[in-house]
Amino acid sequence: MSRRVWSRLFFRNRVENSGDQVFVLSLKIVAWATVSLFAGMLVYLVYLARGAIEALGFNFLTTNDWNPPMEIFGAAPFLVGTLASSFIAIFIAAPVSIGTALFLKEVAPKRVARVVGFLVELLAAIPSVVYGLWGVLVLAPVMRDHVQPFLASWFGPGTYFAQALGHVLTGLFYPFLLIADVLGLTEVTLGTLSEKMMALAQGLFDGPPLGLGLLSAGVVLSIMITPTVTAMSREVLAIVPDSVREGALGLGATRWEMIRIALLRSSRAGLVGAVILGLGRAIGETMAVTMVIGNRNEIPKSLFEPAQTMASVIANEYNEADGLHLSSLAAVGLSLFLVSLLVNLAARGFIRWIERGTRA
Amino acid sequence: MKELSLRDGRRKVLNWSAITVLCVLSFLAITPLFFIFSYLAVRGAGGLSLAFFTELPKPVGEIGGGMANAIGGSLILLSIASSFGIPIGLACGVALSELKVGVTVRALRLSVDLLTSVPSIVIGLFAYAVVVVPMRGYSAWAGGFALSIVMIPIVARSTEEILRLVPSHVYEAGLALGLPRWKVLLRLIIPGVRAGVTTGILLASARVSGETAPLLFTAFSNSFGFRGLNQPIASLPVQIFTYATSHDDTWRQLAWTGALVLVFVVFLLNLVTRFLIRRRE
Repeated sequence: MSRRVWSRLFFRNRVENSGDQVFVLSLKIVAWATVSLFAGMLVYLVYLARGAIEALGFNFLTTNDWNPPMEIFGAAPFLVGTLASSFIAIFIAAPVSIGTALFLKEVAPKRVARVVGFLVELLAAIPSVVYGLWGVLVLAPVMRDHVQPFLASWFGPGTYFAQALGHVLTGLFYPFLLIADVLGLTEVTLGTLSEKMMALAQGLFDGPPLGLGLLSAGVVLSIMITPTVTAMSREVLAIVPDSVREGALGLGATRWEMIRIALLRSSRAGLVGAVILGLGRAIGETMAVTMVIGNRNEIPKSLFEPAQTMASVIANEYNEADGLHLSSLAAVGLSLFLVSLLVNLAARGFIRWIERGTRA
Repeated sequence: MKELSLRDGRRKVLNWSAITVLCVLSFLAITPLFFIFSYLAVRGAGGLSLAFFTELPKPVGEIGGGMANAIGGSLILLSIASSFGIPIGLACGVALSELKVGVTVRALRLSVDLLTSVPSIVIGLFAYAVVVVPMRGYSAWAGGFALSIVMIPIVARSTEEILRLVPSHVYEAGLALGLPRWKVLLRLIIPGVRAGVTTGILLASARVSGETAPLLFTAFSNSFGFRGLNQPIASLPVQIFTYATSHDDTWRQLAWTGALVLVFVVFLLNLVTRFLIRRRE
């Protein structure tokens, strides 16, 4: 059976038949309507947010006081909340998803792979609000009573883990400090940096276990993005030609060595793309996070504390907002829109990169 | 030189432990599914009754009541969304696969790609601005409009993919008969890929029936039942959200049952889709 050699029915500019002309014209009208729908979304958001942009400018994203009654709007807490919850999600979901994809593609017998793959896909079908319901009524109490006390006793303030993490973070940031010092940008010394990083590390698992908070939101998000990342990783692994696998196995590599040397190395960029795509989903996710994160408009110092994301603050406050508050929320929406566009474009770029690499 | 041979025990041990780790990871990936399912089944099934499907919700504190308004509202919203989203999505899919590559097709492809990545809450903001504000109030129209924006890219993409799989001799046969191109498409090609197109539509419906965020400030909610398309309208997801975050046991019970019904419908749609795909293959 032949596939379509020429790709399109209306492949010529000039279509003689008048019925065809009408048909092409109407297709084009609908196409441009959809394009303008997307463009209009961007324009309208800017229009809605103009009040906040004019009044607050770039400070909007860097100040951290959000106080609607006082007409003070700084969106930094939401930026931090979104980034933190998404990164927790990625931290859990990336190894699980890539491991699952490897298992399904390289290890499991076909029948097992089919069943497990189906179950993972079912996870993607569960609506966000159901995750939220489960998160609030089941996961949060478990986190409060079992997981968080356990984490606090092993990684909380005063533990070896917290101290070691503080030292590691200091070491990681010291080079940047040196560069900034040479350029004359900051006056921070090694001592104060170490103090700050220590405080950060000690505070990470500090505070009363509340259940609802950043950590629980991250866990729910990680469950929600696992199917996305798994599916994309599977596709990326499928691009790697079988000859690569056969070559490695033929040279006497064990299955794991084949995976590590032949597969992971050649599909690294694509897997990063898959993880970034998951990050994009986590950033835009609204309902489950709104229900689980605890909704407090402050920058959280500990993973146990309630927080707020860009999406959840819109969901919580938009109905009662007006004036500058409304346009500030629209500005938050605009930032969310732009961030998720950028993240998705980056993910696409990575995946396209590996596709081109293996074909060449 | 380190000798590499399979008799080298360490390599075997490493291999098997790595494979075990992979097994454990994929087990971890599907455990939440079992947890969520069992909780939905155990807590949700208890509230299933005729009253759940036929009665309106009662005020806080009173026992009983159902979600008839939310179920009906969801169906109405879904039909509004489908009546806009499906035709536009189909047309976009056809345009993507059949039109000559030019500015139109490139712009459309970019828009459809990026529309899928727009967070649904942002779509809600947009629908609020273009429908709710001019109409001076929440309405079923606004909710349906927001949901239709979610549907368009899903339908468009699946339609395009299906059309690309049609072999060229089908087109050639039609053109050889002297049919105009639009007739070839509408009479020959589209009927032939009906099952595939249906798949995309069902997937989009499944996705949209669970959407909550775009409805929060477009369709809003009400507890009296249907009052017209220009009025706020309840929907299953929004109702679940409201009840789940309340502190009333009757309401929480309703939320669990509602979630069970919602997940059942969404899974049914997904299973039908899978069945259609498998039959095509």
